[in-house]
Amino acid sequence: MSQIALHHISKHFKDITALDDVSFTIQNGEFFVLLGPTGAGKTTTLRVIAGLERQSEGDILFDGQSMNGVPPAERDIAFVFQQYSLYPTMSVYDNLAFPLRSPMRRTPEIEIKPRVEKAAELLRIQHLLERKTARLSGGEMQRVSIGRAIVRNPRIFLMDEPLSNLDAKLRESLRVELKHIQKTQTSTTLFVTHDQIEALTMADRIGVLREGKLIQVGTPTDIYDRPATTFVAQLVGTPRINLHKAFRENGTLHVQESTVQLPAPSGSLPAEFMLGIRPEDVLIAPDGALSGEVVLVEPLGVETVIHLRAGAQTFICVVSGISHYRLGDQVRFDVIRERLHYFDSNGQRLAL
Amino acid sequence: MTALTQAAPTQAKQRAQRRHMSDGALVRLFIFPTLIILILWNVFPLFYSLYLSFTRYSVIANRAPEWIGFSNYTAILSRPTFWQSFATTGVYALLSVGLQTVLGFSLAMLLRQKFKGSGFITTLTLIPMMLSPVVVGMFWKLIYNPSYGIFNFLLNPTNPRLATDMLANPVSAMLAVVIVDVWMWTPFVMLLCLSGLNAIPDYLYEAAAIDRASAWFQFRRITLPQVAPLLLIAVLFRTIEAIKAFDLMMGLTGGGPGKSTETVSIALYRLAFSGQFNTGQASALAYIVLIIIICISNVYIRYLNKLRGE
Repeated sequence: MSQIALHHISKHFKDITALDDVSFTIQNGEFFVLLGPTGAGKTTTLRVIAGLERQSEGDILFDGQSMNGVPPAERDIAFVFQQYSLYPTMSVYDNLAFPLRSPMRRTPEIEIKPRVEKAAELLRIQHLLERKTARLSGGEMQRVSIGRAIVRNPRIFLMDEPLSNLDAKLRESLRVELKHIQKTQTSTTLFVTHDQIEALTMADRIGVLREGKLIQVGTPTDIYDRPATTFVAQLVGTPRINLHKAFRENGTLHVQESTVQLPAPSGSLPAEFMLGIRPEDVLIAPDGALSGEVVLVEPLGVETVIHLRAGAQTFICVVSGISHYRLGDQVRFDVIRERLHYFDSNGQRLAL
Repeated sequence: MTALTQAAPTQAKQRAQRRHMSDGALVRLFIFPTLIILILWNVFPLFYSLYLSFTRYSVIANRAPEWIGFSNYTAILSRPTFWQSFATTGVYALLSVGLQTVLGFSLAMLLRQKFKGSGFITTLTLIPMMLSPVVVGMFWKLIYNPSYGIFNFLLNPTNPRLATDMLANPVSAMLAVVIVDVWMWTPFVMLLCLSGLNAIPDYLYEAAAIDRASAWFQFRRITLPQVAPLLLIAVLFRTIEAIKAFDLMMGLTGGGPGKSTETVSIALYRLAFSGQFNTGQASALAYIVLIIIICISNVYIRYLNKLRGE
């Protein structure tokens, strides 16, 4: 396992800039998740680290050693593709054993067997070992692809949305398994996803990518509690953060076109800004200072999402369990003032 | 006038009826002409020739077919010249299909890499396939001509006349026919292989590269299995065509010199038409060829299904 560093990586495809000056470091044993929407450059980052793509500018360092121009085979990495890239004519066992049998590695067969069996056990595919890969289900195929990565001890695991082609149930269980495997093996992992839940649940640290630029790097708590921009604030968290234009007047915050007014925080705020309130920070309370009308109720079982209209703006709040609120109910609510997020007109977080 | 005014409504009525024709009637209307032609030209001759293969009959003799059981079949299978023509067909099929497969696949591997003008070159290579075999036979005859053909000139630029007359020598005549068939049909194999190659996803090769697989492994375990079904279909088609080969030989050698390029089809043609008009035996021979083709196709198809099943 290694420490992987990217220094000012840029990648251009003809006139498209896929990556723009991206720098970050993945510590030894860390589970690092790159999060971003489609086309943000996540996969390109992975491919550049793997050596499948050559960066236009910048350096890739594995343990401080430059990897520029080193072919993928010599980087000692393991890659799990979004599509299940299995060798079609071989059995599951042979697929798993393949990276070990490579002429450049030449592991003795006696050593291969226990390693394949251990990987199969971790992924619960022991019963499939003799099967041909064409006869596997999608979930089984992806397990085998992950297995092919974990049979050996590469410097880094690169995973390109390995769970996105699976159905919801399977995704959830494999997510838990992956995190468990990563923690027990303390393997350095770079995991790419567009799914914020995967990022928040699995990552030690998250890097948020947008249009080829790395916007924020931090622990899931950092990302969730101190999003650097409105983009990050909206990317993580379901239901989404309430984000409204607001202005300051005589020591009071007014949400535009709304009845919501709050005392202004100490600290310098511009006259106009964006106000972000996480849904769980909106509390329905009989003696709340604010009032609104229930316009939509979404019961999810564990919690209920309630849309409150105050003036022309709608605020989303979450209450636990099934709620008894009905459409048209007038309710009073409060917001947790210490947990408000302020952004300037460019969407940058304002530190108070 | 009155007749006209009376005719108009009935016509309108007919038209209305036609417009309300049921779907079934419409289907029959479209299918029947084709069906009738198919029965007259294909189905009937198929069964009639099967019947004729068990009779003594000649189309030019004014005599009804006479039932003689399997005599035609035993007569053919006990005559060495027919075994000779089967052997010739076998050698021809083996050589030309083998060469086409190797060359077609290699060409496809080359053209798989996209380069400037690769599309244009692919189209160019397909041209021989689009020509009529008889025309191809005719102009290759000119190419092979020992006095002014370019082939012998290329073999021996200083004195073309010293090079072998390709079509005059039994061994080289077979070779000459094979060369022409390979020239004509390699593009077909190439085209099918190319479409197979293009369908192989890149990530398989990328995964193999990361797993440190050798080039041979990538070819053996990724390229070949993925192309195999299409390659096999190309080989099947070419084998069937090679066993039926007729027009190319007719155009080039006429089966000669001697009987060195006389394939089963040419033997069949001689038996059925040129001089002998032995319709009964010719039908029997045609059925023997049909059975051979069906057997070979079945072997291929079994293998293909086995490939796909895995």
